[in-house]
Amino acid sequence: MGFERFGSKSFTSQAKVAEFVDYLDKGELAYTKCRTCSQAYFPPRADCANCLGNDMEWKAIEGSGTIATFTHTMYAPTGFEAEAPYTIVVAEFGDIKVLGRMSKSVPVETLKVGMPVKVEIVKLPDGQVTYEFLPA
Amino acid sequence: MPKDVAVIGVGQSAFVRGYQGSIRELAFEAFREAMQDAAISVKDVGASVVCSAPEYDKQRTPSGLIAEYLGLNPQPTFLVENVCSSSTSGLRVAYSLIKSGLHDVVVVLGFQKMSEITSADSQERMGRGADIMFESPFGTLMPAYYAMHARRHFHEYGTTEEDLALIRVKAASYGVLNEKAVYRKPVTLEQAMEAGPVCSPLKVFDCCANADGASCIIMASADKAKEISKEPVYILGLGAATAPMNVTGRTTFSGLDCARLAAKEAYEMAGVGPQDIDVAEVHDCFTIAEMMAYEALGFAEPGKGPELIRNRETYKEGKIPVNVDGGLLSKGHPIGATGGSQVRTIVLQLRDKAGAIQVPGAEIGLVHNIGGVGIYGNVIIFGR
Repeated sequence: MGFERFGSKSFTSQAKVAEFVDYLDKGELAYTKCRTCSQAYFPPRADCANCLGNDMEWKAIEGSGTIATFTHTMYAPTGFEAEAPYTIVVAEFGDIKVLGRMSKSVPVETLKVGMPVKVEIVKLPDGQVTYEFLPA
Repeated sequence: MPKDVAVIGVGQSAFVRGYQGSIRELAFEAFREAMQDAAISVKDVGASVVCSAPEYDKQRTPSGLIAEYLGLNPQPTFLVENVCSSSTSGLRVAYSLIKSGLHDVVVVLGFQKMSEITSADSQERMGRGADIMFESPFGTLMPAYYAMHARRHFHEYGTTEEDLALIRVKAASYGVLNEKAVYRKPVTLEQAMEAGPVCSPLKVFDCCANADGASCIIMASADKAKEISKEPVYILGLGAATAPMNVTGRTTFSGLDCARLAAKEAYEMAGVGPQDIDVAEVHDCFTIAEMMAYEALGFAEPGKGPELIRNRETYKEGKIPVNVDGGLLSKGHPIGATGGSQVRTIVLQLRDKAGAIQVPGAEIGLVHNIGGVGIYGNVIIFGR
């Protein structure tokens, strides 16, 4: 249990990596790293596809990344209509890529591929928790 | 160049908005046409492969229902689902069933009735065709993913919104000629450029429409094909590959690795190269998808796709005609039926029976069909 609290609308309740949500509560966007073979995973995984192990440690994504690509969507799927328009971004933090939304406080016209961004944890009024990007 | 398996019959329903019939009746329209084309009876069919993304239907396990309605009991049937590439994945399954010797003749029936649900609900289902734990909670949707690929293509290669609009203008010029297409009006460059935004930089005319439709491909072993078909079209090569569903696992956003790998495999198997292809059907659910296909298939070097369309090389009279049936952009995109429709166009081309869109003397054709935003890639090469 616990994963249903991720995002404005989650589609999953139970996950071995539900600790991801606990880290968000603590203000951290976390990934997992295999203690056996050092493979890092974001999104976090409970199981290592590289060595088949499951001894994972949690690490926080820190510092700033850069925008790899983005889009500003005028339309939203069912359940997200009230949130549109919004901007979806893939940002690169070293070898780790993270998909999320840009903060609505940032005008989309100012965004560019390669622009530095940082992660901000967002606690929503209904108890859900997520993250978004801000200019770094 | 292997010639072990052939297509002996093709059929397609009209692709429409709001089909006034049930899924079984929709499937039958394509089946009837393909069976009449192959001039065989249900007794000749060894198995069926039904291709659909069944989350659009109330009907559970639709293969059973469809096989019954087509009169294909008691032969075995299988449901194949790879979202938008379902029916070319079905073709791959049928190829294996035939090549293994299990069956001589296999029907591949793709269908989708998307109008059973609203467009927003459809986007929600398609959005869940991504990683539901780590992507869908952000309200992702298909055009957003392809838009992010467009943005990256623009960034790396200087591609422009006008380059993408030119692809829609081409598609529409052929959609006008296709009686089975859902969108049959011409689109001018100005119209495409001035259309409202969907997911930047993609605008309304950069996107295909949902549709209801069915396609049917009848395949046979080479021996059987020679016995019963006057104009078999052979499968010379086929390739299939996957890439991580979650786009953060991808190595690039300016192309689709699954398409590149599937193309390489198909070319190697067929013993031909991009320069040998006379006519191609590529998965243009969005204009950027066709642009990336030019490059994945080797019709252009990476980043040189825009030159192909600027120089009209992918028109019927060009160096490599692409989507001269109007593509998904004109035909509409009934998920499970799409790949089979692409195959049908290529088969008609190679039989020299494509009518107004015939590429003169076409001998080798290619189909490129993508599932999701590059999760599944299928490339198939056909020859006479």
